[in-house]
Amino acid sequence: MSKLTLTTEGDRHVIVTRRFVAPPEAVYRAHLDPELLQKWLLGPDGWTMPVCISEPHPGGKIRFEWTNGKGGAFHQTGEYLELEPFSRIVHVGRMHLPDPTPDNHVETRFTPDGSGTLMTMRMTLPDAGTRATMLASGMEHGMEDSYARLDRMS
Amino acid sequence: MPNLDAAFSALADPTRRAILARLALGEATVMELVEPFDLTQPAISRHLKVLEGAGLIVRRVEGTKRPCRLAPSAVAEIDQWLAMLRRALETNYDRLDSVLATMKPEQ
Repeated sequence: MSKLTLTTEGDRHVIVTRRFVAPPEAVYRAHLDPELLQKWLLGPDGWTMPVCISEPHPGGKIRFEWTNGKGGAFHQTGEYLELEPFSRIVHVGRMHLPDPTPDNHVETRFTPDGSGTLMTMRMTLPDAGTRATMLASGMEHGMEDSYARLDRMS
Repeated sequence: MPNLDAAFSALADPTRRAILARLALGEATVMELVEPFDLTQPAISRHLKVLEGAGLIVRRVEGTKRPCRLAPSAVAEIDQWLAMLRRALETNYDRLDSVLATMKPEQ
């Protein structure tokens, strides 16, 4: 039931869906509350998020800083654009590696699914090349040797 | 496996992305690429050289022509990008399942 889907749409979109056992209220909160985000939005094992700023109102700031404790570090900044409790979050975000990546515009929807939730995240990148690069950096992030690369960059 | 850094720079150029999109439809010679792109032959050849260096296209010799096509590894590479991003996301959402399991309903 928890199977993730990851697909591309057109030239600029990436769509992710995932089902959760918990109701939309809880999944929505877990996407906005800094203390909860610090527990799960971490990527590969071994990484932590010592700084988590999430101001859930339109125009509110987002700042996530990750570290692997071995000198590897990067961060993401962004802003919330629209919030509809407990069904929809719209935000923009960019990674700093350390140069900022082009803005990723993200709409996350939470819809009731039985007693659980279906989450649908739709990312919109400025162009096809940016999307290809983002998908590629997802790969690097998942790879062991990306730690060495991050070490060199920091 | 294509060189990732080279592949990134190759993909950063809109003309090269358009050339890849054209090659996704099938093999083409330089002359066949010159026409739709409204560029000179040397300009197209320079772009093809970058794409070839990045491992995204392969060329064969046919008389005096060197037709090019998408490298199978380029297609495989794009699939692999998706698979690795999927794994990173799965790790996050598996953690989120545990977080949700410990959350109390909001007052």
